[in-house]
Amino acid sequence: MRFTKDHEWVAVEGDIATVGITAYAAEQLGDVVFVEVPEIGKTVKQGEGLAVVESVKAASDVYAPVSGEVVEANAALGDSPETVNAVPETGGWFAKVKLSNPAEVEALMDRDAYEAFLSTL
Amino acid sequence: MSDQVLKKTPLFDAHVALGARMVPFAGYAMPVQYRDGVLKEHLWTREHAGLFDVSHMGQARIRGADPAKSFEKVVSADYQGLKPGKQRYGVLLNDQGGIIDDLMTARPDEDGLFVVVNGACKDNDYAIIAAALEGEATVERLEDRALLALQGPEAAAVLAAHVPAAAEMVFMDTAALTAFGVDAIISRSGYTGEDGYEISVPAAEATRIWNTLLQDERVRPIGLGARDSLRLEAGLPLYGHDLDETVSPIEAGLNFAIGKRRREAADFPGAARIGAELAGDLKRIRVNLKVLEGAPAREGAQIADATGAVIGVVTSGGFGPSFGGAIAIGFVPPAQAALGETLNVIVRGKSQAAQVVASPFVPNRYVRKL
Repeated sequence: MRFTKDHEWVAVEGDIATVGITAYAAEQLGDVVFVEVPEIGKTVKQGEGLAVVESVKAASDVYAPVSGEVVEANAALGDSPETVNAVPETGGWFAKVKLSNPAEVEALMDRDAYEAFLSTL
Repeated sequence: MSDQVLKKTPLFDAHVALGARMVPFAGYAMPVQYRDGVLKEHLWTREHAGLFDVSHMGQARIRGADPAKSFEKVVSADYQGLKPGKQRYGVLLNDQGGIIDDLMTARPDEDGLFVVVNGACKDNDYAIIAAALEGEATVERLEDRALLALQGPEAAAVLAAHVPAAAEMVFMDTAALTAFGVDAIISRSGYTGEDGYEISVPAAEATRIWNTLLQDERVRPIGLGARDSLRLEAGLPLYGHDLDETVSPIEAGLNFAIGKRRREAADFPGAARIGAELAGDLKRIRVNLKVLEGAPAREGAQIADATGAVIGVVTSGGFGPSFGGAIAIGFVPPAQAALGETLNVIVRGKSQAAQVVASPFVPNRYVRKL
């Protein structure tokens, strides 16, 4: 699993990257009450908005940690947005993206680097 | 704003000790939530009793030969007719009939009027009130007092254990009395739609009283995040969002804030506009919207009619935890404000159906008689 400074995670299998937000991000957001996942077929560039999570307080963008085409979205979050809080780094994933530039993944932080980054916040 | 030093309420250390997440609000470092989080804090207040620090709000005394008569120069409510021991909502108006602030005014005792105004507005409010009343009445800021709110269906039982007289009060009663061993001003009112109290106490004793109330297992600390979702569900407008200097009390649906005697006398700032609006010349009016599909519509989201034409804007919106869905407050032309009217809210470019519904979203539980 790789991580961004915006607290997204990416898990890559073959050329498919599953994207979610980290446990830290889910904790900071508070109770998620609505999730907007991307449409399948949408092409995203690294750093662009991929999904939106809403807490009682506010809406927050989830940025695409990698570029590619959305091939699957976690539609179950529509009925159970609280999954993002319960299991942010597994069942609370937002979308699967077919990588257009796999090198982007290598430039992201690994778990140790992300933990070190969190300790600076 | 970020380089400005935030002020602290007398309860700052208590909030930090409770694990609050502190954020800037109205120039103060305030708790937006505690460890429970906004959702649980909201639901706890609706089921039990929530304790809020609202010491950022302005507390003041207006004193003079006839303080109510003097104060009426700048506010819309009938304060000369305010009975001892009662509190009444009002709006501070500019010459165009726009709302400078909304406030509560009480006669807890013989010492003039006791006024509570919004924290973000207080400096401006006091300057305007002092200037308008110069020579006949004075405004004294009560900087050495804290303000707590205890809200929820169990608030009355909790407070009665410490202050038996509180049980004898009804909605909008206000009393100056000795409570928790200090001179307190207590009103049976609040900003959640629930029964409850606002409790003004000396700043030096605030932490002791806060902790005393928290020792009751029915009471939990509640942050500003839940305060906002609670007041939104209660259909209560928030200054700086739903109300500002361009919005009149009639547009905001606050007709009750203009006393009958005041209406007839038309003796308040902006009376010409407000009179015309009362007679039907109204361009926009506040509505409650239930968002029927999709994401919560938040402040700034456009409101469109069935043809797609933009007719208004959302001024507060979010998710109502007790309502169980997305709700919003906004302004639209009166022709499109009828209950049941189907409109659209535009969220991130998407048009989502929304319906005009009655206020409040969640029924009030004020105790109007014992």
